[in-house]
Amino acid sequence: MDWSFPPEAEEFRNEVKAFIAEHLTEDVISSTHDGTIHNWEFHQKIAERGWLGGAVPSELGGGGKSAIEMAVMIEELQLAGAPIDGMGVAIVVASVVLELGNDHLKETLVPKLLSGETLVSFGYTEPDSGSDVAAAQTRAVRDGNEWVINGQKMWTTMAHIADYVLLLTRTNPDVPKHKGLTFFIVPLNAEGIEIQPVHTMGTERSNATFYDDVRIGDEWRIGEVDGGWEIMKAALKYERGIAGGQFPSPPLIDAFIEYAQSATSPDGSSIIDNPVVRERIVRALIDVEVCRGFAYNTAFLASEGVMFGVEGSMTKLFASESYKKHSKWFIDMAGADGLLYLGEEDAPVGGLIDEHFRHAPVTTIYGGTSEISRNLIAEGLLGLPRTR
Amino acid sequence: MYLRLSPDEESINDIFVSFFDAECSIEQVRNAEESGFDITAWERFIETGGPGMCLPESCGGGGADLTTAAIVANLLGTYVAPIPFIEHVVAARLLASLDESNANLPLLATGEMIASLALQSLHDSTSAIVPAGAIANYIIGLRGEEIVVAENTTGASPLRNTANLPIARNNFDDAIVIASGEEAHNAYLRAKSEWKALMAVALTGLGRKAVDIGVGYAKERYQFGVLIGSFQGIQHGFATSITNVEGSHFLSSRAIAALEEGADNSAQLAGMAFLFASEAALDAAATSLQYHGGYGFAEEYDIQLYYRRAKGWPLQLGDPGLEYQHIANLCLSKEGVV
Repeated sequence: MDWSFPPEAEEFRNEVKAFIAEHLTEDVISSTHDGTIHNWEFHQKIAERGWLGGAVPSELGGGGKSAIEMAVMIEELQLAGAPIDGMGVAIVVASVVLELGNDHLKETLVPKLLSGETLVSFGYTEPDSGSDVAAAQTRAVRDGNEWVINGQKMWTTMAHIADYVLLLTRTNPDVPKHKGLTFFIVPLNAEGIEIQPVHTMGTERSNATFYDDVRIGDEWRIGEVDGGWEIMKAALKYERGIAGGQFPSPPLIDAFIEYAQSATSPDGSSIIDNPVVRERIVRALIDVEVCRGFAYNTAFLASEGVMFGVEGSMTKLFASESYKKHSKWFIDMAGADGLLYLGEEDAPVGGLIDEHFRHAPVTTIYGGTSEISRNLIAEGLLGLPRTR
Repeated sequence: MYLRLSPDEESINDIFVSFFDAECSIEQVRNAEESGFDITAWERFIETGGPGMCLPESCGGGGADLTTAAIVANLLGTYVAPIPFIEHVVAARLLASLDESNANLPLLATGEMIASLALQSLHDSTSAIVPAGAIANYIIGLRGEEIVVAENTTGASPLRNTANLPIARNNFDDAIVIASGEEAHNAYLRAKSEWKALMAVALTGLGRKAVDIGVGYAKERYQFGVLIGSFQGIQHGFATSITNVEGSHFLSSRAIAALEEGADNSAQLAGMAFLFASEAALDAAATSLQYHGGYGFAEEYDIQLYYRRAKGWPLQLGDPGLEYQHIANLCLSKEGVV
């Protein structure tokens, strides 16, 4: 086994670090604390470097950044706590459109996605279908060369700042659920769409989106009619390694260490000298090293052209579950001060510890719950019977 | 970056799979329970060149690197093999790094003489529990800034213990000083890091096998008219355990690579890998044991062998809590911790 990074990936790591030092300002980071998880200026700076297009596979006409270079970039951005959700969406949607979309979608969407001018929100989940995503009930009915869409989506995060939604619809209710789905990329300014905010415990704003007799032309369809599951699989394929989520803990650990080095316990001793605190910091640091192993492994598999699945589930499961554990430990170890809300006067490290505690439960749910991850690992890796 | 075994590593792995299959089957492991050491297996291991393969060629060894030792350590864990491979390799490598012309090295290279490492600093104590202490005849330890050797201590009485390990409380009264000073001290610490990293690899093999055993059982055992492996409560426990074991695999492999290239963070990674692997292996064995129901703690079933070694092997280093503090001291004294 060889864990060394190729020289071009090491160089690229330095380039990304320099980029972060220049562009990931306090303002950018704090802009993501008010509920909007996207920062247009930072996103466009990434696009200007060509890194969005670079991430699109070269066989689709992308810029040919290797899977390992992408992993390096995603790692550094996460370690620094940069907002990368928009980046992931842009790369995934552009890749799917380039592989499976029609010319209209390619021309309308891809240049603007890769230049960081526009965003697409993911519209998969519904009030009654979360993990069971293929049970979507939002209806699309053909009317000549148009489609009429009715239904509701939940967790259409970023829809309020995006121009489009990648919408999973049911076009045939009379066949097994996976076989009656069709995807559209729907302009969010179409008549009949309503976007309502969904505020979350972690301060992020998400959305519920409502579709009431929304009429769009067939040129907005992506993939075959009733062939939506293929699009879903393609989206998942391109999400691998791009979606982030491997390193949620480092910004919290950094923040806590900064706090613990300056703060004192009620007995007057320094928090950082407490052996229990020190052990937990080490445990958290070990978990981050484990995440590195998982992340580098998926990058390696991607670089070999391996279509991995279970490896991604393990990465996501471990990273999010350990992050949730760390967020609990660190708020405990900040004592009552740890409760102080983001931005509250005298809150430890500006209230970041509180923010992470409220944010962490999101990560074990979105993008595949821990329970679904465990199902996939049990079936895919251990060969245990499918139970759903 | 290549995170699978290379073709060369595959062939080495194949050779040792054959060895462990033939010499360290679970029946042979059970037969060696009393002493924790299978001398026949060790003699066969000598024939493979295993004891000296990671010693310099100038000392009569095979000149292989730590990555090769890790291939064997992984299998050692998989088979919970009763041979003192890890202790022997790291102690012999330490001696070679201190004194390349030491007259004992050729004997250690062949495996005629068994070496071990006292893992706790001896300070003023005259005796310490040493891995393989009941069978090793060349034990290296650290006393203050001095590297000392206790030779021919095979008289030390074996101690009955949790995991049927060939440990003993070895006496260092007559130990001789073979090196001293900062360089020697660092060489000892390096050997200890090698022990931790190889132990992490072995525990990973142990953990993976423990999950295999449990999953195999869950695919055969019916309750309530269905296979117990179809219950999500059981599936999820296994999924969590195997995820930790996979994480342990990557981290221990990175620790080996870091030691091999002499990276700045190698001591830190070795300690981290050791601590993580210790918990992952015990969790895997405990989870598997639990899902065996009552059979899990029956001597007749193999999973208890794994459960006991998952605790016994790492605890030879001492309280893991102290290792956490040690790593904290390494990590928190520098900038840019994460």
